[in-house]
Amino acid sequence: MDREAILKKFEPNLSNILYIMHDLQDNNPQRYLAKEDIEVCAEYLNVPYSYVHSVASFYTMFSLKPRGKNIIRLCESPPCHLMGARSLLDYLKTSLKVDVGGTTKDGVFTLETTSCLGACGVAPAMMLNDEMFGNLTAEKVDSILDQRRKEI
Amino acid sequence: MNLVRNHVLISIDAGTIMAGARAVEKALVDEIGKQGLAGEIAVLETGSIGATGQGVVIVVYPEGLYYANVAPEDAHEIVEEHLLKGRPVKRLMMTEMPKQQVIRKGKTGLLKEQPRIVLKNSGVINPENIDEYIAAGGYEAIERAFTELKPAGVIKEVKDSGLVGRGGAAFTTGMKWDFASRAPGQPKYIICNADEGEPGTFKDRLILEGDPHKLIEGMMLAAYAFGGSKGFIYIRGEYALSIERLEKAIQQARDYGILGDNILESGFSFDLAVMKGAGAYVCGEETALIESLEGKRGHPRNKPPYPVTEGLWGKPTVVNNVETLANVPEIIRHGAAWYRGYGTEKCPGTKVYTIIGNVATPGLIEAEMGTTLRDIIYEYAGGIKAGKQFKGALVGGAAGAFLGPEMLDAQMDFVNLREYAAVLGSGAILVMDEHTDIVDMLQSVLHFFKHESCGHCVPCRLGTKELVEIIDQIADGKGKAGDIEKMVKISEVMRDTSFCPLGQSLNLPISSALKYFKDEVYGRVPAAV
Repeated sequence: MDREAILKKFEPNLSNILYIMHDLQDNNPQRYLAKEDIEVCAEYLNVPYSYVHSVASFYTMFSLKPRGKNIIRLCESPPCHLMGARSLLDYLKTSLKVDVGGTTKDGVFTLETTSCLGACGVAPAMMLNDEMFGNLTAEKVDSILDQRRKEI
Repeated sequence: MNLVRNHVLISIDAGTIMAGARAVEKALVDEIGKQGLAGEIAVLETGSIGATGQGVVIVVYPEGLYYANVAPEDAHEIVEEHLLKGRPVKRLMMTEMPKQQVIRKGKTGLLKEQPRIVLKNSGVINPENIDEYIAAGGYEAIERAFTELKPAGVIKEVKDSGLVGRGGAAFTTGMKWDFASRAPGQPKYIICNADEGEPGTFKDRLILEGDPHKLIEGMMLAAYAFGGSKGFIYIRGEYALSIERLEKAIQQARDYGILGDNILESGFSFDLAVMKGAGAYVCGEETALIESLEGKRGHPRNKPPYPVTEGLWGKPTVVNNVETLANVPEIIRHGAAWYRGYGTEKCPGTKVYTIIGNVATPGLIEAEMGTTLRDIIYEYAGGIKAGKQFKGALVGGAAGAFLGPEMLDAQMDFVNLREYAAVLGSGAILVMDEHTDIVDMLQSVLHFFKHESCGHCVPCRLGTKELVEIIDQIADGKGKAGDIEKMVKISEVMRDTSFCPLGQSLNLPISSALKYFKDEVYGRVPAAV
């Protein structure tokens, strides 16, 4: 979907800014809010570029730099921490050869951490794009990521 | 209408979808068709039945038999053995049944069970069908409000019920509505705070996924009572299924004339919209949430003025938590006196808890106010996992308190816990077994706050950073004498000077960890000279 079509889905009210940015980001192949995304949003809502940028930078679900095709968001809040999230994070860093916030060389995965996802009953948990995964172990993470690699 | 002899309820919530519930559902329907039972057995979707971590869960009625960890390959056996031949499949039967009732202890110490209030329909009805909600007594309360109670009567009933906010702050709900009804200015708004972000809490998600119409009815009753005309549900961006189900439920209510203009010829007009958040813990604070709804950075506002007089777009606004609003329809249906039959004198009603961590059956439960921590852990959650010993619990989320074994018999309600300098907060109970390192857990809590501090005020922005630096040193074995005292001091300054509850609440996990696990924490730094 092009940017114009996305904007037209919403009334040009400031209260729609989060919805518009969600939609622009979801439709950006690099899964982030590019300069152009912020520009069209600002123009549509009749606010300065700096305003949209400041709102985008406040919320963790928005990214201002390009990301991989798949975004891993590992929960590191206390419940997941208790159930072993830290060793899982170390494992992900080593096996993907990236740091938190980094994207793999092939552009397939970006590794992020997140606050509580509300999946504490199956901690440790992570989201892969919009999908939730729980009761994670290193083996389980491997098979999830392998599966995703094959789908590309 | 076709009469079916068996109903198979399949729990479709975020957790079971994760475990492959949709594939199991399809396999069951296919298999039932293959065996020629399509007219006799119905497969129905429902919300969470309360157990988590047990994979795909189904319930077969009229037997009321639970199966856990069901895989698509099991469909053949379940249909052929149980549904066709009447022989339950033993290997899949759930061993630890989720408590679908509120447990009460009588004077004799015997257990008796009572129906739930908030979770009454969750895991029982199909949340995507308004008719099932209505059949379970839904939208009766709004009728009673229109015909019998009128707005003043609704406020009185909710006040008399003693209902207090379930989001953490425990303010009297009826009072809040009363203030808003007297506040000058039009229009007035009701906002449901579904920005559930307190670590360990997922009760609101499961209420939304399991019974969305109950929330809609609760919001209607609130708006009717104080003169609101428009409602917003501010929900976490991560809660995709909740958003989908709510939007569906709102549309159904509109189609039935339950939302819209002149509802049921009462002269009351009301409509609802869902707003999706974008990941910011601080937006759970009501004024930050309002800022976010207006399309701004989610910074908290100065109080006063409070939202009841000057809220969304400067108009009188009531902000209530999901669980609070989900209590209201039952209060209005059955009356305040009935509601006061539950819970304690000072805190009537029930509380929905998420009990997680090192327990045998983690999940969602509803218990009376005043139930002890011991009963919650051992009666509802099956005790500590793998027969280990209880060490402590983090109660109320990251902004809550660490509690030691001496608190197991304390009655849990908002008022009573306050006397112990603890909080019930959002109702998250993270249970820790004997192997847990308290310093490690405290480190995780402090890192959480550093990440979520919005940066608006100095004490919180710098304080969280300082605290993380100190706890990282201590956890690494590089702590110095005086470090712990410094942490306490910083958190006290933050408690007294931070702009909003986020910065104010860090003192609680720190001071409670020191209260109950003093030796362990001090054991990690050299003694003061």
